[in-house]
Amino acid sequence: MAAMAVALRGLGGRFRWRTQAVAGGVRGAARGAAAGQRDYDLLVIGGGSGGLACAKEAAQLGRKVAVVDYVEPSPQGTRWGLGGTCVNVGCIPKKLMHQAALLGGLIQDAPHYGWEVAQPVPHDWRKMAEAVQNHVKSLNWGHRVQLQDRKVKYFNIKASFVDEHTVCGVAKGGKEILLSADHIIIATGGRPRYPTHIEGALEYGITSDDIFWLKESPGKTLVVGASYVALECAGFLTGIGLDTTVMIRSIPLRGFDQQMSSMVIEHMASHGTQFLRGCAPSRVRRLPDGHLQVTWEDCTTGKEDTGTFDTVLWAIGRVPDTRSLNLEKAGVDTSPDTQKILVDSREGTSVPHIYAIGDVVEGRPELTPTAIMAGRLLVQRLFGGSSDLMDYDNVPTTVFTPLEYGCVGLSEEEAVARHGQEHVEVYHAHYKPLEFTVAGRDASQCYVKMVCLREPPQLVLGLHFLGPNAGEVTQGFALGIKCGASYAQVMRTVGIHPTCSEEVVKLRISKRSGLDPTVTGCG
Amino acid sequence: VEQSPPQSPGPGKAGDAPNRRSGHVRGARVLSPPGRRARLSSPGPSSSSEAREELRRRLRGLIERSRVMIFSKSYCPHSTRVKELFSSLGVECNVLELDQVDDGAKVQEVLSEITNQKTVPNVFVNKVHVGGCDQTFQAYQSGLLQKLLQEDSAYDYDLIIVGGGSGGLSCAKEAAILGKKVMVLDFVVPSPQGTSWGLGGTCVNVGCIPKKLMHQAALLGQALCDSRKFGWEYNQQVKHNWETMTKAIQNHISSLNWGYRLSLREKAVAYVNSYGEFVEHHKIKATNKKGQETYYTAAQFVIATGERPRYLGIQGDKEYCITSDDLFSLPYCPGKTLVVGASYVALECAGFLAGFGLDVTVMVRSILLRGFDQEMAEKVGSYMEQHGVKFLRKFIPVMIQQLEKGSPGKLKVLAKSTEGTETIEGVYNTVLLAIGRDSCTRKMGLEKIGVKINEKSGKIPVNDVEQTSVPYVYAVGDVSEGKPELTPVAIQSGKLLARRLFGASLEKIYHTLFWPLEWTVAGRENNTCYAKIICNKLDHDRVIGFHILGPNAGEVTQGFVAAMKCGLTKQLLDDTIGIHPTCGEVFTTLEITKSSGLDITQKGCG
Repeated sequence: MAAMAVALRGLGGRFRWRTQAVAGGVRGAARGAAAGQRDYDLLVIGGGSGGLACAKEAAQLGRKVAVVDYVEPSPQGTRWGLGGTCVNVGCIPKKLMHQAALLGGLIQDAPHYGWEVAQPVPHDWRKMAEAVQNHVKSLNWGHRVQLQDRKVKYFNIKASFVDEHTVCGVAKGGKEILLSADHIIIATGGRPRYPTHIEGALEYGITSDDIFWLKESPGKTLVVGASYVALECAGFLTGIGLDTTVMIRSIPLRGFDQQMSSMVIEHMASHGTQFLRGCAPSRVRRLPDGHLQVTWEDCTTGKEDTGTFDTVLWAIGRVPDTRSLNLEKAGVDTSPDTQKILVDSREGTSVPHIYAIGDVVEGRPELTPTAIMAGRLLVQRLFGGSSDLMDYDNVPTTVFTPLEYGCVGLSEEEAVARHGQEHVEVYHAHYKPLEFTVAGRDASQCYVKMVCLREPPQLVLGLHFLGPNAGEVTQGFALGIKCGASYAQVMRTVGIHPTCSEEVVKLRISKRSGLDPTVTGCG
Repeated sequence: VEQSPPQSPGPGKAGDAPNRRSGHVRGARVLSPPGRRARLSSPGPSSSSEAREELRRRLRGLIERSRVMIFSKSYCPHSTRVKELFSSLGVECNVLELDQVDDGAKVQEVLSEITNQKTVPNVFVNKVHVGGCDQTFQAYQSGLLQKLLQEDSAYDYDLIIVGGGSGGLSCAKEAAILGKKVMVLDFVVPSPQGTSWGLGGTCVNVGCIPKKLMHQAALLGQALCDSRKFGWEYNQQVKHNWETMTKAIQNHISSLNWGYRLSLREKAVAYVNSYGEFVEHHKIKATNKKGQETYYTAAQFVIATGERPRYLGIQGDKEYCITSDDLFSLPYCPGKTLVVGASYVALECAGFLAGFGLDVTVMVRSILLRGFDQEMAEKVGSYMEQHGVKFLRKFIPVMIQQLEKGSPGKLKVLAKSTEGTETIEGVYNTVLLAIGRDSCTRKMGLEKIGVKINEKSGKIPVNDVEQTSVPYVYAVGDVSEGKPELTPVAIQSGKLLARRLFGASLEKIYHTLFWPLEWTVAGRENNTCYAKIICNKLDHDRVIGFHILGPNAGEVTQGFVAAMKCGLTKQLLDDTIGIHPTCGEVFTTLEITKSSGLDITQKGCG
């Protein structure tokens, strides 16, 4: 392994001259440090999933690489280590807390399966949070070690551009440092949006930046928003036994298939999450007893209402972390609406040697694996002689609500919009996971649908799966769709029995037929 | 359950006009259409897969409508012999000379997909694929051919399926959907321990379903341990109650059994809870629990009797050991258990029993999970060992003795090494045998009708279209040789078999070309205007599609659309008086189905 790394590095060394020679012409107009004299071949701003992937890949190719990362504390003062949103305040802690909630459900199932557990079983937030936080800290540490192993220089500084090749970093103590590089990748991601126009929002509300790091249980919680972040948080809070309300102004899970989204909500509602639909908060006040009083308005009737909560969680969207970067000094263009960075299909910004990947980029899915893959491919193009572009089509994802929703490809609405109702065939089924039967669980929302072109062989445009282990189920089919799977091919696939994913290969009923899509028995 | 001898609807009796374009002849003489070659596949703008499907439908139609259908080549001496044979029997044949039609090669391809036979002659008698020249003469010599010729649609059923497991049921339902008269014979011979169960076969009753539920129960045990680390608080020692679990699982299975009965009833499949045994060609004896015998006949049969667990053949095994047939409904916790075998059944059972906290030992003769990747198999084994399952490698039991009766009792197992003379003894509450499965083919009279089985394994060799050595008998699922023993495989092959046998088309398409009156005088071209309706066979030929290409199409269509909303059927269209002379009237006189392949060009005044 070491020998290989040396060999790779040696190889990279040789290529380096060639690429620089080629790139030299482009950089003719560069100000500041001249080519070859700059500190680094590659500087990555932002140590999240995408940034770290870039840095590691470039180091693997023998480049001199630095990563700068700095976590601005949340308004509530929460801060964390290296690894970005996913590891610290996103996917990882979220899925672990989701798992805690799922375990609560399994504990309720257990007596049906012969396990003698006295119910109800209480849940201790502190214990869970500590276990989750310990795991996250071990991941922070792991990222540090990985960078070190690959000889990537890591700076815990807040970066802003001085010119198009130079970045100024400010450390916690206020010390400044200048770093120059031939190539710069911006991967600063995003942070939760605060509804600053609402009185008390900033002062009393928390966001997903804080929830996973709370030492004490959030208690009775109001989650504001209809994003997947909102629903996931509300889902696990309900699952661990907290009184949870979600306030949604318009539609849930915008951009996702709307039939699936409404079933997600239905399931949550039937499992104890309360919903305030068509409402928008207007102010938050702290009562003398410490509780938070939230006032909201019903958007249709205009009536005001109030409620008291222990915690108010804003999950109304995210804003890109671009403001402190001084992008204008480097000449990097951003979208005036979203402040996100504008890039081309090669992830290049308006400045030739500056690139951007991940959530900070306009029009990209805000997902860890896309950032990682886009980062790797970018570095391979920069330093590895590759020309492969990132394919942003058919990116699979899963929403970890209590009943998980996995999807890949087009939603039914999008398919109809692109191809026309007449050319789209949707196959669907209501199924019952085998494990639900004995446990006497309600499976009303366990549902799968496959959106296909109607023309034989009926190319699969999208797959939507609502049920346990949706992520595991969806992944393989994402590959199938990437390979251009048709309905006919999926139907010729032998199922794995008895699983939930076999329901996908048993989809026989089209929506158009109007037949009852409820699966009964096997086969 | 006395069945009145029903009249099979017999698709050949619908009064289809003879197909003049396909070289169809009476009396084994071939008349090629003079001057030009016939085509069986429809011309036109359809895609190739659609055209192929269309051709398949058409061939299926030819086979179904002809008492004897011979696909032949005019120069082939074997074809000639076959034609002469039928001629000598005084039997009319429908002959398609593949070398005299444009798309003969395509026909031959599709035929080989349907029958797995690439050569000509390819002979069908009363819808049964007999085979080539040799097979036809063999059938003639054995008397089967005469039998096939005699029994023209006089059978009780189109299809009888022996075995109501996953494969059999899927085949039955699909055949019923395709409009066939179908019977399922299913009978569970009780295990040596007396366990018996309902409709649905191994998977539902003593296989995948209860196994996965017990697996889930074991996983929940693990989840309970995990949940403490995730903040759930309970202090008491959690114990597992076998009876509670088994009862819940058996309840679920009963509901599935019931569901299967219901779905057969909904699809009008006759279900008889009797043991099936062939007595002569096309005839099966059904014996019920009380020993009453009933006889049924059918044009075709599917054997889907599956397999049952194998016993060791040592002293005490049938008396004292249980198998997977018994475990899932065992009324008491099995206690300390010895699992004999290293199949996936053995390891799965050992896994969940250990998960409930039982003391479990697995006795393995040679390797784990034969046929699976061995590195993975060993990893499965070591994971199980880490989680408390003990393994006794390279030993086989030689004797089982009962020490104590009870629920569970106590058994002494004597085992010997496979490598030396060493013997060991152990005492267990339960011994579970999971050393393999044997197919249920020996006591069903297969020899009486000549269905060959593999003498060693008892499995039935089948060709690529699931056909056994007897043309009208098919086999699907675990009972067929060389196929994976998996539920979804059986389901899929059962369904596909039914579709191949009975054709998958649920739609009947009528169409015609027409020449609008106004166009005749104007000298505009004939045969460009086209009318087509699509009917749902299952719903009284209800019109589900309406297409017209011609003048004033919108005006013509509107009224028919309203009629469709009101449940328009083909019959209603036929009963409607046309308004003459209009274009719309063609819809009242549609006669030619697309699958017939008949000519729709107009020559004169309709």
